[in-house]
Amino acid sequence: MATYTDPPTESFRLSQLIYDTRYRSMTIQVVAFILVMLALVILARNVVINLGALGKDFDFGFLFNRAGYDINQRLIEYSNDSTHGRAALVGILNTLLVAFLGCIMATILGVFAGVLRLSNNWLVAKLMSVYVEGFRNIPLLLWIIVIFAIMTESTPQPRDFRGEDAEASMLLFDSVAITNRGIFIPAPVWGDGTLLVVAVFLASLVGIWAFRRYARKRQEATGDILPVFWVSLGLFIIPTLAVYLAFSAAIARDQYPLVAVGAEQGMTLEDYVAENRNPAICALPSTAGVNLSSALRGLDQRADILRVGSAAELQASVASGDCIIAAMPPDMVDEFTGAVDGVEVATLADTVDRGRPLQFERPQLAGFNFEGGVQLRNSLIALWFALSLYTGAFIAEIVRAGILSVSRGQTEASYALGLRPNRTMNLVILPQALRVIIPPLISQYLNLTKNSSLAIAVGYMDVRSTLGGITINQTGRELEGMLLLGLFYLLTSLIISGVMNIYNNSVKLKER
Amino acid sequence: MKKSVFLGTLAVAGLAAGFASAQTLAEVQERGALNCGVTTGLTGFAAPDANGEWAGFDVAICRAVAAAVLGDPMAVEFVPTTGQTRFTALASGEIDVLARNTTWTFSRDVDLSFEFVGVNYYDGQGFMVPRDLGVSSAMELDGATVCIQTGTTTELNLADFFASNNMSYEPVPIETNAEAQQQYLAGACDVYTTDASGLAATRATFEDPSAHVVLPEIISKEPLGPLVRHGDNEWGDIVRWTLNGLISAEELGITSANVMELAAGTENPEINRMLGTEGELGAMLGLESDWLVNVISSVGNYGEIFEGNIGENTPIGLARGLNAQWTDGGLLYSPPFR
Repeated sequence: MATYTDPPTESFRLSQLIYDTRYRSMTIQVVAFILVMLALVILARNVVINLGALGKDFDFGFLFNRAGYDINQRLIEYSNDSTHGRAALVGILNTLLVAFLGCIMATILGVFAGVLRLSNNWLVAKLMSVYVEGFRNIPLLLWIIVIFAIMTESTPQPRDFRGEDAEASMLLFDSVAITNRGIFIPAPVWGDGTLLVVAVFLASLVGIWAFRRYARKRQEATGDILPVFWVSLGLFIIPTLAVYLAFSAAIARDQYPLVAVGAEQGMTLEDYVAENRNPAICALPSTAGVNLSSALRGLDQRADILRVGSAAELQASVASGDCIIAAMPPDMVDEFTGAVDGVEVATLADTVDRGRPLQFERPQLAGFNFEGGVQLRNSLIALWFALSLYTGAFIAEIVRAGILSVSRGQTEASYALGLRPNRTMNLVILPQALRVIIPPLISQYLNLTKNSSLAIAVGYMDVRSTLGGITINQTGRELEGMLLLGLFYLLTSLIISGVMNIYNNSVKLKER
Repeated sequence: MKKSVFLGTLAVAGLAAGFASAQTLAEVQERGALNCGVTTGLTGFAAPDANGEWAGFDVAICRAVAAAVLGDPMAVEFVPTTGQTRFTALASGEIDVLARNTTWTFSRDVDLSFEFVGVNYYDGQGFMVPRDLGVSSAMELDGATVCIQTGTTTELNLADFFASNNMSYEPVPIETNAEAQQQYLAGACDVYTTDASGLAATRATFEDPSAHVVLPEIISKEPLGPLVRHGDNEWGDIVRWTLNGLISAEELGITSANVMELAAGTENPEINRMLGTEGELGAMLGLESDWLVNVISSVGNYGEIFEGNIGENTPIGLARGLNAQWTDGGLLYSPPFR
């Protein structure tokens, strides 16, 4: 007997939204969504009303106004005449610089500490435990300030380097100065032949890549292991160095004449600078300028080096009086005899070396401070070290967890095959551990980047200090500034995690 | 349920914030304490003393306003602010008045929507260097490293000064005066720059103040004064006339010692009006008639405040200079109480 039931004929009733399990969850979600949106609208309205009451409008025009303040560390051209937008950009680059350096160093520290914490050597393992627990459990801000204080209080002032029996002296053949204002290191200056050297260097990088490929193929085919590391190292250094030395030997001793504004023909450099103290100089190539400046230093003069890129620029600088001594290739001197655009010039009796393809400009004590070279400011170093050490401690734990997640049997199997411990680690354990390590590592990179906003504690001019600090203070645009700042950190974080996710996809277990 | 409570709270908070701007006086009286923004610590101007009590030249302004409004100079909640946080604190209503050696400038007055009620100290930006650096003029500072408090007008003045004299410098931005002091003493910067009064106050706390010199150049005008939010003129009037009262009291010879005696009535009608024995000046401000008596008996007149905190007999050792009464060749000039 067949039973037959009528299909439900009743239509949809409103009460079903609550009593019918098919619709209930949807109803709850819609209501919750409306409430959340309502809350946001009220908050936004509240902000608008309160800003209105304070007489403030919402306007990003301030980004195009003159900033008026100076920034010490700038990776791009910036002066107090630049705009607030440019100041923000300088800050952004400083943030990215410290975040980039920090991520690299934190990774290196973290991987070492994580691996060593599992070491069978009791002392090493315990030392790493002390590092990890010490840095992980004390607030980052404290570490930043402690490192900064140590650097300013325990290192000498620039003026301690002065005098016959100075209290402090420079390191590494007078090329590095560690002061309480930062570490001054030599700056590279490119001369003639740089292009060739760089081309050879790039070619040797390609060579290294090709050799490694060949070595892997060969190992897979025959089992022979080539000394990849030593060959790579040799390829990395030897060809570039050989070309550099050959080129230096060929041209470095070439003598380039000096042309000076308002000099008499055949005057010596010494006589000329006796009248024109601390001259501004310019040179082609730049290395000749470095040589000229050290010649001037021998005469107790401080040179102001103006960088020029081409013969036309050099000529314009001399004509405008921006530099009064110019070093140049002998064949260019003809254009400078007599007068340049009405400015009287003459060739001096002295000449300078043309210079090597790459030279280093040493920092020198001048006036209040060291000049020349590159200054790694204390604020950058303190922030960089503190961020790296702090985040490195977390990464160490992630690495340790990753290694422990690989079954002990893998190690034993690899030992049984005769692999030595460091090959076991590099070829068997770490590749498997990476799958566990990468995802939490991404969030550590994000943490490090965001934590760099503590920079203001040591006066590092990151984006929080320029856009989010001085600019907001001078213009009073808190809301706009903070929104931009939030947007910047959001975008940066999304980009970092995007890139890291691509890497993660390449190392994670491939399932087919 | 929870959500509706949350929303309700939000709505109430929104309404409260909307109304808050117009009735600071009532709010302060209801709270029973004045929220006053001061520096995080600048000896002589605002710093906690050995007993943890705030004391100083700016603190006295806060205490004077509290005495005028609440009759009790101790009814003040001090909110330490940095150069960066002070304006936000005032704009958001966290503090009722900001007395933190803040320079009166056009953009702060107009664009940031604050009301400067007067000038309690005429200052200017100066430079301090260690004596053994051998520098005697700011014009010799080419290439120097300069410590500077970030988020202040000094930052802009400094940039202008060096640019207009065609000199270069390296700024070291510092958040608070205490940190700047540490950096300067460690030699991380050659020069410390801020308002000359601040330099004198900072130098007074050094182990050996005579080892440091304040250079003669004053590179800016820095009229420092207390400020309030736009939009509540009654409250602005109270703070303004409290400050004017302190200045007038010195001019008319009213001191904390004789104010009670004078409050009984004098021959001078202006003193009588100020101290409430004649006229209704207090009531016009919405205060008690003896408001200025409370103020002067608790903190003294302007001259007493100056001498007690930053004057020549204190470690700070500032001369009156521009901050003398107009009758003594200074710039202090209070409008009449009439």
